[in-house]
Amino acid sequence: MFFTSPFKLKSKGVMGMNQRNCAYINRYNPREFYPLVDNKLKTKLIAKEANITTPALLGVITMQAQVAHIEQYIKNDKGFVIKPAKGSGGKGILVITKIEQGRYYKSNGKEVEISEIQRHVTNILSGLFSLCGSIDVAIVEALIQFDNAFEGFSFEGVPDIRVIVFMGFPIMAMMRLSTAASDGKANLHQGAIGVGIDITTGKAINAVQFDLPVSHHPDTNKVLRELQVPKWSRLIRLAASCYEMCNLGYLGADMVLDKEHGPMLLELNARPGLAIQIANSQGILTRLKLIESLGKEHNMNIDERVVFSKKNFSIQP
Amino acid sequence: MALTIQRHMTFDVPWLPGKTVTIWNVDAKIVFQAKGKPVLAKLTTPMTQSGYTQISQNATSPGYGLSFINQKSSPQTQWSIRKATGKQTLYYHIQLGVMDKQSDLPITQMPSIEEQAKSNRGALASKAIIAVANETSADANSFTTELLKMLNAKNKNQNISTLISRKKSKIELLTFLLNEAKIPNKRVGVLRLKDGRRNQHLIQMIEVYQKNSNNVITKKLYDADHIQSVDRTGLLIWDESNRSLLDITGGYKSKVSFAMIKEDAHALAPIIQNIKHNQLFDFSIHSLLIEDQALFKGILMIPLGVLIVVIMRILIGIGTSGTFMPVLIAMAFVQTSLITGLIGFILIVGVGLVIRSYLSQLNLLLVSRISTVIIMVILLIALFGVLAFKLGLTEGLKMTFFPMIILSWTIERMSVLWEEEGPKEVLTQGGGSLLIAVLTYFAMSNDIMRHLMFNFIGLQFVVMSFVLSLGTYTGYRLLELRRFKPLADKE
Repeated sequence: MFFTSPFKLKSKGVMGMNQRNCAYINRYNPREFYPLVDNKLKTKLIAKEANITTPALLGVITMQAQVAHIEQYIKNDKGFVIKPAKGSGGKGILVITKIEQGRYYKSNGKEVEISEIQRHVTNILSGLFSLCGSIDVAIVEALIQFDNAFEGFSFEGVPDIRVIVFMGFPIMAMMRLSTAASDGKANLHQGAIGVGIDITTGKAINAVQFDLPVSHHPDTNKVLRELQVPKWSRLIRLAASCYEMCNLGYLGADMVLDKEHGPMLLELNARPGLAIQIANSQGILTRLKLIESLGKEHNMNIDERVVFSKKNFSIQP
Repeated sequence: MALTIQRHMTFDVPWLPGKTVTIWNVDAKIVFQAKGKPVLAKLTTPMTQSGYTQISQNATSPGYGLSFINQKSSPQTQWSIRKATGKQTLYYHIQLGVMDKQSDLPITQMPSIEEQAKSNRGALASKAIIAVANETSADANSFTTELLKMLNAKNKNQNISTLISRKKSKIELLTFLLNEAKIPNKRVGVLRLKDGRRNQHLIQMIEVYQKNSNNVITKKLYDADHIQSVDRTGLLIWDESNRSLLDITGGYKSKVSFAMIKEDAHALAPIIQNIKHNQLFDFSIHSLLIEDQALFKGILMIPLGVLIVVIMRILIGIGTSGTFMPVLIAMAFVQTSLITGLIGFILIVGVGLVIRSYLSQLNLLLVSRISTVIIMVILLIALFGVLAFKLGLTEGLKMTFFPMIILSWTIERMSVLWEEEGPKEVLTQGGGSLLIAVLTYFAMSNDIMRHLMFNFIGLQFVVMSFVLSLGTYTGYRLLELRRFKPLADKE
């Protein structure tokens, strides 16, 4: 059968797009807090206030006039990332992993001319990648030196960990591994692999690419089941604390693990996707309902919430 | 929904567009010789009456000032000119829809009885006739019938014979006798409607008025040659003024003749005209000018297209580039016809993408790049238009109906999509958009749909309620059933 029965999905607690939009995003995410997450620069600033680590900010380009002098932000560094502040879906992110004698190389080894970088920044400023075409600013960030634990799991890109945080409780987590198909990007619809991560242990549960189960990384042939996220407790606690920071009830926190600085918040997402359910081979709805049943007066602090999640949302593989 | 049904019930707005109605186009032609002086011509024109509804009237007359005088008892058309010489021809055109529901305007007043010129000769004869008729009749109608019996009898009695010899015609005599008997009546000019007839003239008939027990005045139509009242189907009472049909000053040798054509037209026209009489519905779209109505005809179809987009996105889950771009493209398809539209769209977007890929090397700011694409799209449309025309394909010219700004944005978005996600994503999104556009086109170009959406404004609310209820739909999308299949199958 091409289609599965909706009743079967329902019994599994799978949440559909309409239900996500209607019953969770519209209900738990007040519109006024959207700019905080839709603008990555604002996210960075409030994260700083809330003592949540984020990748180092090298510079912000707000005017076309600054584009010509872009080198001053990027010259003496190991690598950098240029991204639009209001970008969505990973659009408009340029990652330079190697700088040698004033020449720039992307993660796949291709050289990038400085004029190309400038054009990219120009595009960002004119709003090509922003959510509704409005004028944008470009953020230059330090490149994340990802943790050795992920060696071989990701092809030419920084693997990040998406944690769904509902009312401050970490609900579900997924690691996103870039592949050759995804061009070093960690977006699932572009071909990145999603690996469901157990909330309790940080171990891999299941992996999918293009919404279909996979067992090995297609480019490195690593067995995905062996994936174990180090410093998991710190990471998940950091993700849970994002709720206080941005006031969004239904939130996707994109975390990365840096070799030196440990878990960091990369960005927040007010409309996290549904593929995480496939990656975990679990419906998210039962977990959401459990948190909803607690009501608002549970008075748990961050640590208590993480403990609650670890206790209730563990999967023994 | 109720509003829709109500519109059908009360105003007879048909459900389906196919229903037609007979429309009579009647021309009155006035010919006269002008004396080289100011001319004022007044033509009596038909009133609203049983069986017909007036759709339009107009008059053609080079150099003449024109006015339609709408007196209660007799509408008139008036032509006037400062100076005219020689043979003059004036035309009056009226369109009448045949409609069973239409009835006579209520009669509020009896026509006045003309005082007869007193003459001794014949007075006795007429008194005698009236006395006879009175004896054998009960009311105005039966009295008229009795008179007509005597007038048309083979062996006429002597009184009648004397009177007929003195009057010009039977109808004159009948009028005279009715007036003598103080029975309200009116001389009317009646036109017999027959398709394609020309040079017709009005037939003189008599309307006899009678008040019944409820004080309602009714009238019946008689001609002088038949005893019974005349069946009015196929007859148009043109001149009810009780005066002359044509009143002309400054001219002589005037003549009025009639020509008529029957046509089967869209059922709505007469109804619309009828609704206009109703104050309450003066706010309907039909009260607008024809040109503006045509505009609304298109606009009122948009909700349907929007509904399809909503269904496709919420229930099916098809992605499009630009939420409502398919609706706009579909509207262009309605103008261009589907095949031409599809070919044109793919051609323009395809060539646009190629040129746009060159533009992306120029390192332009977004606004100026989009502007360049817009100019490019316009040039492309012009180019294809000219090419198609030279090749003898007039269809190509229809490409101008495409919304150029939207096309430009589509090209821009698809180009970025191509650079970032590869051609596959461009094909899926472009294909999804086109699929929805084609579906929307079929819905929007459907005659039944067009008819319903335009004439039953209540349906807009039905569509809105659908959209609203879909807005609270939290179930799965069709494509999600496919997407989450591995999840459901796993035990």
